[in-house]
This record gives sequence, structure tokens and C-alpha cells, in this order.
Amino acid sequence: MKDLLNRYGLLLTTVFAVLTGFWILVLVVLPNIYLFEHSFKPYLPVAELGGPKDVYSLDNYLTFFRSPIHISVFFWTVIYSAVVTFICFLIAYPLAYYLSKVSARALLPMIFLLLFIPLWVSEVLRSFAWFIILALKGPLNASLLGLGIIEDPVRWITGFRGVIIGLVYTYVLFMLFPLYNAIQSLDTNQIEAAEDLGAPWWRTHWRVILPHAKPGIASGSVMVFMLSAGSILVPTLLASTNSRWFTEIIQQWMFESQDWNTGSAYAFLLLILCTVFVSAVMRVFRVKLSDIAK
Amino acid sequence: MSAGVDLDNVCADFGTFRAVDNVAVNIQPGEFFSFLGPSGCGKTTILRMISGFISPSQGVIRIGGKDMKGQRPNQRPTALIFQNLALFPLMPVWENIAFGLEVRGVDKQKRRARAEELLHLVDLPDAADKAVAQLSGGQKQRVAIARALAVEPQVMLLDEPLSALDLKLRQHMRAELRAIQKRTGVTFIYITHDQGEALAMSDRVGVMSQGKLQQVANPRDIYNNPANGFVASFVGENNIFTGEVQGTEGNLARFATASGTFTARLGPAVTQGMKARLFLRPEHVRLAPGAGGTNSIPVEVTDVAFEGNFISIHARDAGGQVLLAEARNDGATAVPAPGDRLHFTFDGQNAVILTGDTAARDIDA
Amino acid sequence: MRQVRSIDWLFHLYLVLFLAYMLLPLIVMGGAAFNDSRFPSVYPWVGWTDRWFVELWADKRMWNAFANTIYVALAVVAISVPIGTAAAILINSIAGATRSVLYALMVAPILTPGAVIGISTLLFWNGVGHAAGSDFFLFKAGLHLSVLGQVSFIAAFVMLLVLARLQSFDRGLEEAALDLGASHSQVMRRILLPHLYPAIGAGAAIGFFQSIENFNVTLFTRGTYDTLTVYVFSKVRTGITPTINALALIMITATLLGAIGYEIGRRRRERRLAGK
Repeated sequence: MKDLLNRYGLLLTTVFAVLTGFWILVLVVLPNIYLFEHSFKPYLPVAELGGPKDVYSLDNYLTFFRSPIHISVFFWTVIYSAVVTFICFLIAYPLAYYLSKVSARALLPMIFLLLFIPLWVSEVLRSFAWFIILALKGPLNASLLGLGIIEDPVRWITGFRGVIIGLVYTYVLFMLFPLYNAIQSLDTNQIEAAEDLGAPWWRTHWRVILPHAKPGIASGSVMVFMLSAGSILVPTLLASTNSRWFTEIIQQWMFESQDWNTGSAYAFLLLILCTVFVSAVMRVFRVKLSDIAK
Repeated sequence: MSAGVDLDNVCADFGTFRAVDNVAVNIQPGEFFSFLGPSGCGKTTILRMISGFISPSQGVIRIGGKDMKGQRPNQRPTALIFQNLALFPLMPVWENIAFGLEVRGVDKQKRRARAEELLHLVDLPDAADKAVAQLSGGQKQRVAIARALAVEPQVMLLDEPLSALDLKLRQHMRAELRAIQKRTGVTFIYITHDQGEALAMSDRVGVMSQGKLQQVANPRDIYNNPANGFVASFVGENNIFTGEVQGTEGNLARFATASGTFTARLGPAVTQGMKARLFLRPEHVRLAPGAGGTNSIPVEVTDVAFEGNFISIHARDAGGQVLLAEARNDGATAVPAPGDRLHFTFDGQNAVILTGDTAARDIDA
Repeated sequence: MRQVRSIDWLFHLYLVLFLAYMLLPLIVMGGAAFNDSRFPSVYPWVGWTDRWFVELWADKRMWNAFANTIYVALAVVAISVPIGTAAAILINSIAGATRSVLYALMVAPILTPGAVIGISTLLFWNGVGHAAGSDFFLFKAGLHLSVLGQVSFIAAFVMLLVLARLQSFDRGLEEAALDLGASHSQVMRRILLPHLYPAIGAGAAIGFFQSIENFNVTLFTRGTYDTLTVYVFSKVRTGITPTINALALIMITATLLGAIGYEIGRRRRERRLAGK
């Protein structure tokens, strides 16, 4: 703080502190504390607020734990978000390696411009694109039929299949870019040294490149998992009748039942899930928060 | 136009570490004063206290007789030239130079004119619209000086500004700095760990070690009459003998060492019976084929290095101590060869007995 | 240069496939905007038409949503850029445990699901309204809450960008300017901010796009207002027609032009700095 005063003087320091304080306190900390507090209160009509029924209880959370359906939706949301994260890693890793260590330097800006296009396009439109493509009479089935690969149209949007396809498409770039940044910072000499010492390609990857890419893997996994588990658009647009996502249940509480208290309890569960995932990743990969945030 | 700077028992503490310890010195108006010392000796801290980035934990700093307590850097009549120069990379040269005038509300035309004028002074007349990144090291140096002069400081503070330049340019800039200082008459306070720079440019030099001012004197006295072992060993090369003072005769004393007993000048605060060190400059060593008089050490030459204008002769005495002599390459002196046995002799007036620690040897490494 | 190896063509193929995977869906979606079929698709191709663009143009609800989206995005940029910049400067000159805690709080919104941000923002401001006993519209759901919710995580992006840029700033420049007599605000305006402008500009651009794209936070905070994403979403769920494809094509083209314009501007600036 003293350093800040010396560098910027009292007035500017105050301005910085006020702006930062407004952000951290009013926009981040207090709303979350309020969410937490609210989740322990019952859903009451306005007239009864502050009345004898307005006491703290675990009821909202018990609603969740007493509902096998909600528990199972939560469970499958976690499992399939993890699956999506893993698939994204499998798709992105070879590409990140290729872009950072193999491909011609001159082509990179062009490739990145092309890769950035889908990133700039809204998530809702990207899900919508797959909604069209995966339709029973859509272009995918038409091409596959035309090529003679399949004989009957495939019902793509069934079970969690549509959701997974949509989530992978939407979030794979959030895995690719951190991986690329991490692998790119590896000195190519190290790879060549490993090969020179007789390591087969898979061992070079396992012992040299993957360990170096850890912060990138951590960062990509956290982003993809968090975005997938919290996604609303993809599960809504590409879900079948038997694939429900946890965010849809939160929406139900908020919009259909208008029960914001239970809704906040469920939202809080989602927050806990993401916090646990971030901490787990940080521990497993032994990285700091600042590595992930890059 | 120029002001003196008085440091009155100034201390600086960082936590429990005392970076500057009771430094007291009066720097005269128009003087070129250098603080010389190894890195970490506190000289940069002194500069930052004078410029106002750090406040002293004790003591008073006066500029032009005025107490600077509570005066922020932008309120002091000083201009600092940073070690890395700190030129503003996003401004062209002339805006850099005129920045101090700009923040004082001088109008653009006058600023530009003043910048051109200063560019002439530092001998860079055509650089006004260049980008900083286009300048060479020496040119950047000049721009930094011009920028500092633009605010008409009463005191210029220079923090090792030449250290990034190569040797040749550095020597050229020494003369240049000195000339600019004389031309403008501004008080220069110069920080360096390079003794050559300090001795060549300064009116007076303050040698520092471990936060303390060891000696303040003109360059000649710093070299010839060092106040203690640190000053003697930090400035210039030495042959050092440890031993004990045995008896005094006038300003000379007998000094018993493992290599023999010598006579040498008695330094300040050294008295009979004291353990001390004898310092002998290599250029004061004479080579003699046989024993000659009082101060004579039989040695075997181990190495002879031809340095151009002089020849350095490394030798070992009977006790195994390594000694160094320097002979002028004037063609008159016979150059010995490794393995030769001869005597190193010296005049007692050219060697001095001092107390205090010596400087670590790898200062400039 | 590395030696070209036989495995490389596999990588090339993979890259091409991946680019196709990324871009074909967008082309399909855009193409469907011109297909004269009730249901948005490129297959079967019924015939070329521009009627979906005409219908879109006549859709008042779309225009309203469009205006709202721009309004929210501008407000988000206007608030999150100063906040993110101030936060970056602040955290850059503090150290130790305070810094770690503050940093964690600042990046947390990026790692929080949008639904959680939306709900907590909605509940909090409602709660404040209750406590104040006020029905003042600012405490009710509406676009202003969408703005606040979006700012909470978009400011974090700006902060990270500016902080990265600050890392390359030589603080000696600040001291040099102070030493030459500049006041703190002059140092800010002439020295620090010019250095940060590229990051601030990038932050503003990213913030703008993030806001336009945002759905999750907006969904819970918007009240009865529409933004473009919400409009598309509700169209897709209810009466879907290729007007959505027409809108998608326009949005993609607009973002592309914006991105290319930004990139050209950046390169030109770079060249000018290097060439001078």
C-alpha cells in the first residue's frame, strides 16, 4: 500500500482502491455471500418475510438430497462434463503440438485467424449450427447416406450424444489455446535431445512434453469443465428427452417454480462443484491459480 | 543555478538492515562529486534519498541550505539520470527532453525550441524527431542528459549512467560528462563502482563500504593517501602484507610481516603494536637483481604479462605470497622471464600501513 | 528447420480436418439463410432466396434486442475497462499474502459458471432493494443487472490483460517522470496509460465481444428484456425459421469484419512504431 502511495499519490490510489473495492466487494464477494445465505432460507411469500417462518434451515439442500432424479442429473452432468473435457484434450493435444512444434511458422497467423472465427461466434449460434447439422434429415445424415457409409438416417440427438457433440465443438478451443501456449514455451532442443537419446516418440511425449504442458492442461481442463457443467444453451438445444443437465433444473427453480431460495441452493451446489474441480486440478497438476488464469 | 548538497548524519534502514549508516558530507555548489563503492554499499540509496524517492530514517538532507524533509521528487531542484536512462519509449526524442517543461505548462513552441537548444549542447542536433529505439547507446546517454538539463536542475544525480556502454564509448562519455558539467556549472553527484570513472571525472570522491562513508577526498588523495584498508584495496591494485607495527621513526614505521620487516608510512589511526596491513602499489615496486637496502623481498618470477603500456610481473616470495609489480614499457627496464630470481624493492614513502578490512577482490567480476 | 518427416502429412491432414470441423458448421448455418425452406437447413436445397433477410429486417423484436445488446455491451466496456485497469495497477504494486488473496478473488469470476454469477447478482440486488424497502427499478431484474453481472467477470479479463502488459513496464519511467517534476496524474496520463493502451484496447474489444455473446449471466438478470442471444435462443426453442440463420450470417460477418479491422489496425500501429 505504501508503495502504491509513493508511485501514484493519494488521489489516484484512492481511485484505484475504490474501483477495485467496488468490483471485488459489490460485484463478486457480497453477491456470493448473499447467495449462500439465501440458500438456507425458505421460499416464502413477501408478506411472511421476516416472520416466524423466516428462519435458517437446510431444507433447500435436503430437497436436492431427497430427490434421486436431481442427484442423478447432477451426477451425469459431472460425468459427462468430465468426458467432454477428456475428449477435448484428446482432440486438442496433437493439434497444439503440431501448431507449436511442427507446422511452418509462416502459416500460423492464418491458421489462428481461422481458428478464432468460431471463437468470436456466439455460443448460441454454434449450438444452433449443430442443431441443424444433426437433424434427422439434416446435412450430416444426407452426406453419409450419399457416401453410402450408412444405410438408414442416424438419430444423432439421443441420450447425451447430442450434448456431448455440441459441448466438444463449442469448448475444444478453450483447451487448444492454453495447450498451445504451454507446449510452445518448451525449448525444442529438449524434444530433440530426448529423441537423440533414443526415446521413442510416445516416450518423448509422456516424459518431456506432457509434463511441460501441465499448466496448459490444467488451465484448459478447468475452463472446459466449468463451461460444460455450467452450460445452458447446448443442453437445451441439443438435448434429447432423456438427457437433462443440472443447469436446466436450476432454471426450473428460478423461472418455473419462482423459488429463488432453492434455486440459489442448487446454484451454490454448482459453484461448489466447480470450486472442487479447480482445487483438484490445481493439486493434481501442482499448478498455481496464476498459471490457470493465463 | 547550482546548489550544494549537505548530508547531515543520514541513515537509511530497510527493516533491520541499515543500508546507509551515518553519512555526513557537504557537497559544494558546482562540484563534481562521486560516491564510489561496490554494489550494495548504499550509494544508490543515498542518491534515491537526495532525489526524494526514499526518505532517510535519520538525519537531514539539505539542498541549497534548505531542508528537503517532506519534499517529493517532483518538488526538488534535482534531476536524476537513471542507470538504464529511463527514456520514455513512446515519445520522440524532443518530447523526452521537453517532458519536464511540458508538465510545467510551457507552451509547445517554447518546448520545442528549448529541446533543440539542448540537443545542440549535447551534440545531437538532428535527433529531435527520432524514436528513442533508433538511437545508439551513446546517443541515448546524451538525450538522458539533455532531458535532465531541461528542467534546469541545481543538482544533477547520475546513477552509473555509463555502465551499459562499451569501454571505448564509456571513456569518451567521461570526458563529455565532465565538459557538460563545467559548461553548465551544475552540481553533479555521480554514483559508480568503477574507480577509473570516479577518479577521472570527479573533483572529490566519497568511497563507501557497507553503508559507511570511508573517506572523502580528491582523487589524488584517495589513491595516494587512502584512509584505511578498504579504500586502499578498493581503489587500484595492491600488494598486501599483514603484520604488526613495531616502532615508529617520524612518519615511517617498522612493520613485521611473514615476508620480512619493512619500513612504510604510518596511516591514520595506526599506532605501535597494532595488527595492520601494509599496502604497496604494483607500480611502486622496483626490480633489483640483488638485495638492496631495507625494503627488499627476494622473489621468483612466475609469470610476465605484456599489457601494452606496461608490463605486469607476477612473482612469489619465500613464504609463498604472490606479489605483483608493474614496469613501464619504456624500453629502459629489463623485462625478466618466468623462473628468474630477483628482488622486489620499494621506497617506504610509497607504502602505507592501514587498518580495516580490505575490499573483496571480485568487485568488478 | 526440422526435417520433413513422413508423419508430418498426417498432422497436416489432421489440421485440415480440424479446421473443417470448426468452420463447416458455420458455413452450413450461414448457407441455410439462403435456402427457401421453412425449416433451416442446407439439405434438401429448395431454392435461392433472400426472404429470410427481408423478414429479419422487418422483425421489431430483433431490432429491439439488437439495441439492447449494444447498450449492454457499451456499458460493460465503459465500466469494466476502468475497473480492470485500476485493479491491475493496484495488484501490481502490492505483494505477499494480500496479493494472493486479492488475485484469487479477482480471477474467481472467470472460473464461476455464468448461471451462478447471474443468480447471485439478481438475488443480491433484490435483497438490497428489500433491505432498503424500495421498489426502485435499479434493484429489480433488468439490463442494468446484466451489465453488473457481466462486468464482474469481464473486468477480470481486462485485469489479466493489463497486468500482463504491466509486467513489461519499467517503473523507472514513472520515477524519471516524477523526478522531472510531473505530478502523479501527469505520470499516469503521459507515461503509464500510453504504455497500457494496447492492453486496454484489447481488453475493451474482448469485453465487447464477450458481452455480446453472453447468455448465461444475462438469462437470469435480464428480467423481461431481450438481448440478441436471448432472442436467438427463444426463437430456436419456439418458432424456428431461417431468419435466425440470416441473423447468424450477419453476426458472423460483422464479428469477422470487426476482428479483421482490429487486426489490421494493430499491425499498422506496430509497423508505424517499428518504422519510425
